[in-house]
Amino acid sequence: MADHQTELLKTALYDLHVELGAKMVPFAGYDMPVQYPLGVKGEHLHTRAKAGLFDVSHMGQVRLNGEHRVAELEKLVPGDIAILKPGRTRYSAFTNDDGTILDDLMITNAGDSLFLVINAACKDDDIVHMRANLDNGVELIEIDDRALMALQGPDAARVLARFAPSVADMKFMSFAEIDIAGIACFVTRSGYTGEDGYEISVPNERAEELARKLLAEEEVEAIGLGARDSLRLEAGLCLYGNDIDTTTTPVEGDLNWIINKRRREEGGFKGSDIILDQLANGADRKRVGIKPEGKAPAREHTPVLNSDGEEIGEITSGGFGPTVDGPIAMGYVAIEFAAPGTKVDLMVRGKARPAEIVELPFAPHRYYRG
Amino acid sequence: MAKKFSQEHEWVEYEDGVATVGITDYAQQSLGDIVYVELPEVGKKLTKDGDAAVVESVKAASDVYAPLDGVVVEANEELDDNPALVNEAPESDGWFFRMELSDESQLDELMDEAAYKDFVEGL
Repeated sequence: MADHQTELLKTALYDLHVELGAKMVPFAGYDMPVQYPLGVKGEHLHTRAKAGLFDVSHMGQVRLNGEHRVAELEKLVPGDIAILKPGRTRYSAFTNDDGTILDDLMITNAGDSLFLVINAACKDDDIVHMRANLDNGVELIEIDDRALMALQGPDAARVLARFAPSVADMKFMSFAEIDIAGIACFVTRSGYTGEDGYEISVPNERAEELARKLLAEEEVEAIGLGARDSLRLEAGLCLYGNDIDTTTTPVEGDLNWIINKRRREEGGFKGSDIILDQLANGADRKRVGIKPEGKAPAREHTPVLNSDGEEIGEITSGGFGPTVDGPIAMGYVAIEFAAPGTKVDLMVRGKARPAEIVELPFAPHRYYRG
Repeated sequence: MAKKFSQEHEWVEYEDGVATVGITDYAQQSLGDIVYVELPEVGKKLTKDGDAAVVESVKAASDVYAPLDGVVVEANEELDDNPALVNEAPESDGWFFRMELSDESQLDELMDEAAYKDFVEGL
């Protein structure tokens, strides 16, 4: 009898996760650790206090070669990629003709090529999208022989510098090819927790060796997807598929800052007519931080109401923030309710519960800017 | 009376006409760090296998069902301030609510400790 169940993919660190006692769950087609024995709350707090090691190998790594790579990629993203110097990284998004978001991504000028990191759940579609739209001799290489891990937290730099002293001088959103413990890595000083830290691309066959070396340092604990989500929510960072997707534009998503000056003047990216019109004239709704009063968390899809009980929006990510020690959320509200300090109600299990629109992030960013 | 257990991982301890209800150690372990418990109000009528409480971990909200028919006579207010008590002492201080039963014979439909242990091992 045919087995129609799709086999889950395993990252190069799968055996290590199991050995460490991780609870494994399916995520974007991969069998991934959602938590280790320390637990989501403990892992979250440890990352903010010391350093956490995350396996993010499920994310896609792509290289773009070719003389015209920058101009071609700029057709698909609203960021100024031409201005990026070698060794610099930028957060951006693939937009479509409707002006909404196909994925968010990191773009690095790696000197002779562009190095992209894209979301796991979107990577197949992103690659089809790029292959269909990148012309003029641009070559796309899917990097599937490298794992990706993130070392995040206030002790991340100190720990990683023990293996590669030069990482200490890297500034936030910079990139370098560096040997770590004798292993050839692509290192970006970035991450998705709001903390200082690094993302490290490492050959699959040496990934476990590097992970074990880092975990052997006393400051470092293995951290699962559960804490990755609560950390990024406290940091006010978007999760693609929840907080931004093909129904939201960058302007609605409060990502105006990813549309750089030259691109605002010139346009020329997918959906730029719609997006630039929203930039000039405003959008009808906006992504905001939402702080529930009291202790009850409000989860995604919770309706947001005004004082008259009318629905004015919806929560897109919501849960408990261990560092904040209380419930936190973000979501979309009609623009007239988007100002911080606005009182709203959240409809949780049939009961309207008070909440307030707040500035993001909930936990201050602590990036290293040199 | 010895504790009884439901397939939904609630425990019941019946004494002097009142049943104390909580979630099992197995349940708290699968849920992880509990950050909020929403308890039923005193006087609320509960139906066996109907919604009774909600328990929230960092990641998700889960329903807790009433293991028996009855009326809530007390809720564990201690959990408002210290929901982690459910992780620390799920089958004692971390109880959820107490109820008066409408039909004591329903207790016979629940598992004893040995049967629950077998049930969990089979999951």
